[in-house]
Amino acid sequence: MIRWGSAILFFIVLLIIWQKLVDFGLWPPYLIPSPSEVGDYLVRATEDGTLLMACYVTLRRLLQGYIFGLLFGIPLGLLMARFQLLHDTMGIIALGLQALPSVCWAPLAILWFGQTEKAMFFIVVMGSVWSISLATETGVRHVPVLWIHAAKTMGAKGLHLWLKVILPASLPFVISGMKQGWAFAWRSLMAAEVYITVLTGFGLGNLLHYGRELHVMEAVIGVMLVIMAIGLIIDQLAFSPVEHWLHRRWGTKKV
Amino acid sequence: MSELDFNSLPDKIIVEHVSKHFRTDNRSMQVLEDISLTVKVSEFVCLLGPSGCGKTTLLNLIAGFEFPECGKIFVDGKIVKEPGSDRMVMFQESALFPWLDTMGNILFSLSLNRSLTPAERKDKADYFIRLVGLEKFAHAFPHELSGGMKQRAALARALAPGPQVLLMDEPFAALDALTREQLYEDLQLIRMNQEITIVFVTHNVAEAACLGDRILLFSSNPGKIYKEFLVKLERPRDIRDLKVAQIAGEVTHHLRTYF
Repeated sequence: MIRWGSAILFFIVLLIIWQKLVDFGLWPPYLIPSPSEVGDYLVRATEDGTLLMACYVTLRRLLQGYIFGLLFGIPLGLLMARFQLLHDTMGIIALGLQALPSVCWAPLAILWFGQTEKAMFFIVVMGSVWSISLATETGVRHVPVLWIHAAKTMGAKGLHLWLKVILPASLPFVISGMKQGWAFAWRSLMAAEVYITVLTGFGLGNLLHYGRELHVMEAVIGVMLVIMAIGLIIDQLAFSPVEHWLHRRWGTKKV
Repeated sequence: MSELDFNSLPDKIIVEHVSKHFRTDNRSMQVLEDISLTVKVSEFVCLLGPSGCGKTTLLNLIAGFEFPECGKIFVDGKIVKEPGSDRMVMFQESALFPWLDTMGNILFSLSLNRSLTPAERKDKADYFIRLVGLEKFAHAFPHELSGGMKQRAALARALAPGPQVLLMDEPFAALDALTREQLYEDLQLIRMNQEITIVFVTHNVAEAACLGDRILLFSSNPGKIYKEFLVKLERPRDIRDLKVAQIAGEVTHHLRTYF
């Protein structure tokens, strides 16, 4: 309780300092709006539905691309762990593409797919699938040989060994990979939404872009706060608890 | 249980002129050099020697995890080609699967036996859990168990499929003395109630004298068997027994003079 209390107190103090700095007039108001102006914007945008609509559009794009990334990435990771040739070939590609900053996909996506949802989908997939596959592969390679031997001495082999032993054993790493894939997908989508306008739907990044175009600073800061909040909530409520539980139960340390 | 003359019993495991060496970077180690030994049915053979690779490697070869460079290994007259539940291995670390509880782990080893019905498997699992004294922890997960409990669970899991051979690789090395001594009693009791051949790797001389019918002394680099002791004491043996201590003393003397 005390930790919650001190955290909340800290943020209240920050807000007060922010308000005071704005009142003091150090910076022009069109660069640094006050917390109350940002709060006003957020309330208005929620009331007229723009904010909620944008959240829905962004999250929908994210989920669609991310789930595809999982369905493709996890099997790819398993195959790369199983077949050395695949590891040597696809593995290099995966590493390279993972290292590519997600925003670099935007120009390609526009040229290939135009300013459409397909481009967004492509960007999200490219952002997530490589981390997921690499983490899955790492997970498999980190399964202690002891467990493999134990399974084999009990007579497990082939597909049964993979499904009943190797896959559950690598789960903590797979989840860590899923978390990282999500983070990369999130970043790549935001970058895409800021630079690409898709007429069929306005996501949070698009709102950010328009905030800038129209010089509405409260919108820019307000949307940034919403983006941060969503990222934090999903990480803290969805991924981290599962990750911690898994690493504790499995007795593994995080990579 | 009176002394058993093992010579009249059939061969269970035959190791014939087995050699293996490992190469690491610049060095090459002769881990096993021309090892030959025969283990009779229901014999308890201890492989004793300083902590090193030879004894464990031999166990891995018998288990089927690795293969010898030269020589052959036979179990029941057939060459060892792959691991199997007829030769169950028990490791120094329990190797329990953390996503399954105790019952689940034991059932895993039974699940690979297609001829049993689910009900029969549950019955067997219950029996073995009770045998190792873990009824109250049937639904506990490995990270909730102590070292001794984990090894008991591992023992139950190894025995559940009814293997004829049990290969044990320093299974009690990581446990405290009290737990270990309890497990010596338990293991001897299990052995009195069922026919099972055991090959037991250890570096603990007293343990070998307490548990084994025969003790084989190993040297390392090159790995060779250089002395054999027959332990013809009555069972069950207590590690604090004078006669066990005498044998342990004799063996220790030989270990010291060799090194």
